[in-house]
Amino acid sequence: MLSRSPWLWTTALAAYAFLYVPLLIVVVYSFNDSRLNAEWVGFTLDWYRKLATDDDMLAAAGNSLLIAVTASLASTVLGTMAGVAMHRYRLALLPVLVLSPIAIPEILMGVSLLIFFVLLNFTLGLVSVALAHIAFCIGFVAIVVRARLAGMDETLTEAARDCGASPGNAFRFVTLPLIMPGVIAGALMAFTLSIDDFVITFFTAGAGTVTLPLLIYSMIKISVTPEVNAVSTLLMLLTLLLIVIAAKLSPTLLRSERES
Amino acid sequence: MALLDIEGVTRRFGDFAAVDNVSLGVEAGEFFTLLGPSGCGKTTLLRMIAGFDLPDGGRIRLNGEDLAGRPPESRPVRTVFQNYALFPHMTVEGNIAFPLQMARVPAGERPARIAAALEDVRLIGFGKRYPHELSGGQKQRVAIARALVTHPTMLLLDEPLAALDAKLREELQIELINLQKEVGIAFVYVTHDQTEALALSHRIAVMNQGRVEQLDEPSKIYGFPRTKFVADFIGQCNLFSGPVTANAGGIVTVDVAGLGPVRVATGSAVAQGSPGTIALRPEKIRIAKEAPADSPGNHYQGAVADLLYMGDVTVYRVETSGGSRIEALLANSQSGRAKFFEVGDAVEMTWPVDAGHFIAQ
Amino acid sequence: MTAMARRSIRMAKWMVSGPPLVYLLLFFAIPALIMVLASFRTPGEFGGLAPLMDESGKLDINLDSYARFFTETVYLQVFLKSAWYAALTTLVCLLLAYPLATLIARSPRKYRDVLLLLVILPFWSNFLIRVYAWMIILGPNAALARVVNGALAWFGIEPVPLLFSAFAVLVCLVYVHLPFMVLPLYANLEKHDQALLDAAQDLGASRWQRFWRITFPLSLPGVYAGAALVFIPALGIFAIPDILGGPNDTMIGNLIKQQFLETRDWPFGSVLSIVLTAAALALAGIAAWVGRSGGAARA
Repeated sequence: MLSRSPWLWTTALAAYAFLYVPLLIVVVYSFNDSRLNAEWVGFTLDWYRKLATDDDMLAAAGNSLLIAVTASLASTVLGTMAGVAMHRYRLALLPVLVLSPIAIPEILMGVSLLIFFVLLNFTLGLVSVALAHIAFCIGFVAIVVRARLAGMDETLTEAARDCGASPGNAFRFVTLPLIMPGVIAGALMAFTLSIDDFVITFFTAGAGTVTLPLLIYSMIKISVTPEVNAVSTLLMLLTLLLIVIAAKLSPTLLRSERES
Repeated sequence: MALLDIEGVTRRFGDFAAVDNVSLGVEAGEFFTLLGPSGCGKTTLLRMIAGFDLPDGGRIRLNGEDLAGRPPESRPVRTVFQNYALFPHMTVEGNIAFPLQMARVPAGERPARIAAALEDVRLIGFGKRYPHELSGGQKQRVAIARALVTHPTMLLLDEPLAALDAKLREELQIELINLQKEVGIAFVYVTHDQTEALALSHRIAVMNQGRVEQLDEPSKIYGFPRTKFVADFIGQCNLFSGPVTANAGGIVTVDVAGLGPVRVATGSAVAQGSPGTIALRPEKIRIAKEAPADSPGNHYQGAVADLLYMGDVTVYRVETSGGSRIEALLANSQSGRAKFFEVGDAVEMTWPVDAGHFIAQ
Repeated sequence: MTAMARRSIRMAKWMVSGPPLVYLLLFFAIPALIMVLASFRTPGEFGGLAPLMDESGKLDINLDSYARFFTETVYLQVFLKSAWYAALTTLVCLLLAYPLATLIARSPRKYRDVLLLLVILPFWSNFLIRVYAWMIILGPNAALARVVNGALAWFGIEPVPLLFSAFAVLVCLVYVHLPFMVLPLYANLEKHDQALLDAAQDLGASRWQRFWRITFPLSLPGVYAGAALVFIPALGIFAIPDILGGPNDTMIGNLIKQQFLETRDWPFGSVLSIVLTAAALALAGIAAWVGRSGGAARA
């Protein structure tokens, strides 16, 4: 039943516009032939060309990618285990530990890990950032996997055991294929979260390590050029692609309904 | 020695005994049914045979070997689940191949065995389909095929036809009987539907509150129920209860409130004064407008209080002068008329002493 | 159950839940604990923490930093201001999200996924990009500022800087958190039984009455969930006031960042963090309790 209330439509459309216009402005100005993000002068690809030769930018992008790949792989494995455990067993501690990083403000995890690493004399760098990212990504993967498991028919595992499968084989041939879309969606989500993370990375990266978001931050604070727009546009495209794929694989990303 | 030997098996959940000291044996090649209302423990017992649950006490032996400690995957029994439990991400072939795969049957042998299994359940040509493309009846057949493909020692069926509509259920019941004869292995079937149990089984174990009330062939369960529960659960039954007033010459008399003395032929050596119940099936009562010429063992008068026309038969509920209600059944095929009597008609009910069955309860 | 079977089930349980549990204990729970302990310590000479035991063997445990937080009122003021900003953000988000969620909930099923995806996509773009976008929009040379200031000049009022102000901070806070209000609201509204509203209309209720007396109360669990998902993160944010805010817009997140990375007074920074955590946990607890008890959203 499509609502015909006009004010409902206008507010809703206004909200969508509100969400997208700022991002579009960033994209549009990345092609603007002017140093100032003030008004449109002309079309150019210069800023993108500058990106390609900007060593700092490339290094930061490389760091971000490296951390994101590592963090998403590790957190997908650990998060899947956590999701399965939360679904099958009634441990009280696990859901608390897994879900808290998501519930609390990011800055708290950032500073506590800073103290932790420094006290252990652990050098802050790529590794510390990756370890931090894994910690907060586990929760997201676990939620997606658990939702997927909840929508799965429990008797299937029993049927698999009945057919002669050991618990390991039952998981491998029956459970895992059925939750795989959720696992992949979780992995893609973790990758995106890691690549985009700013706050936790800010505290755990230390002086020498720069990731893309950290570089963007310093550029914003110190000297802004539309190069920032260009790299932002590219990042947005990448994220868009990954999330659309993830959403296709696991509609539970969007809602908590059971899948048919 | 029985194929499956269940000895004193108990399963408790807290204080509640789902299965309470049950002992029974299933013979090779027989169609054995566990029958009872929900919560009687039949499914719990089945799950323990399959290995999904472990007994708290007692032993389960298959071919003489104790199954304790053997997980489901290593037991030579297969289960057909009520909701089919077909793997949605595999084709029909894939589903049937799965147990072969788990049993490490060489890949070359599998296609032939899958084809044979499909033929057994009359689903040739359905191999490439996915479960969601099948109807309920077809899904159940695939589930049966999957369960039989590795030639298990025994097949367990957990109310497999409960989710199907009546016509389809009848069809599949007949197929199941034939399949069991063909395949020749023991079936242990769980159901709450007593007509289904009577139709399918070689023997039935009627269960109630975790215990077996009676274990017998269908006709004996129907004709000679051992307890009031069995008499009442199976089919329709009149139960006349009261103290035993006489026991002489093979005939016991029970004094039933609202009815008077009721007599039944029985070999039971019950003492006078102890409680007794006479179970009488409605179809055994002769109901007519006039009393019969010869005098049968039991004769009562009453008026028709209700009647239920059911198409093939009509059930008459007659109220006697003492206030007792007796249920009688007449087949409608004997005359063109649908009803022999109207509500309010005065009728004579008679039955011989060997029509009822005595239960010492 | 045989003892052997019980043992193997227990083993499987620990093998599956063990690794994530250990990881999170190590990299989440223990650091949090250390931070709690750090709040009772003295700042080191060059920043960080002072040594645990001084020469005389006395343990470095005190309540100095806590005392400082509660006595120097400026910190409480910052905290209250953060709460105020978070509350405003939550309210505006609710006002914007409600029509949006309603629209999506009432659309034909096949469009809903796409509409929801469109709401979420901006969330998945880099956080800083979203802040930066508002820097552009609110910049002094940008169209918006010029229009607004032009209009103000027409009335003879001084030009107002849109950037580096409370307005900029709030707009961006709403912008960043809006999807978090839409999703729980949608999840709740989607389950509403249209038959209820039809029945109410049958009984003579006007459109506003139907909304206020039926839809809104039933949607409260979604509202609470969304409010929690917006308020708690907003409370602890620091990047937005850091980039878009003026000197008067310091929030508690900025203070924490300052203490840890600039002033390097870790004990005090820990105190601030713990106060923030306590507030966050208390609110999350309230939201969960309200969601569970008052949550009869289904007819």
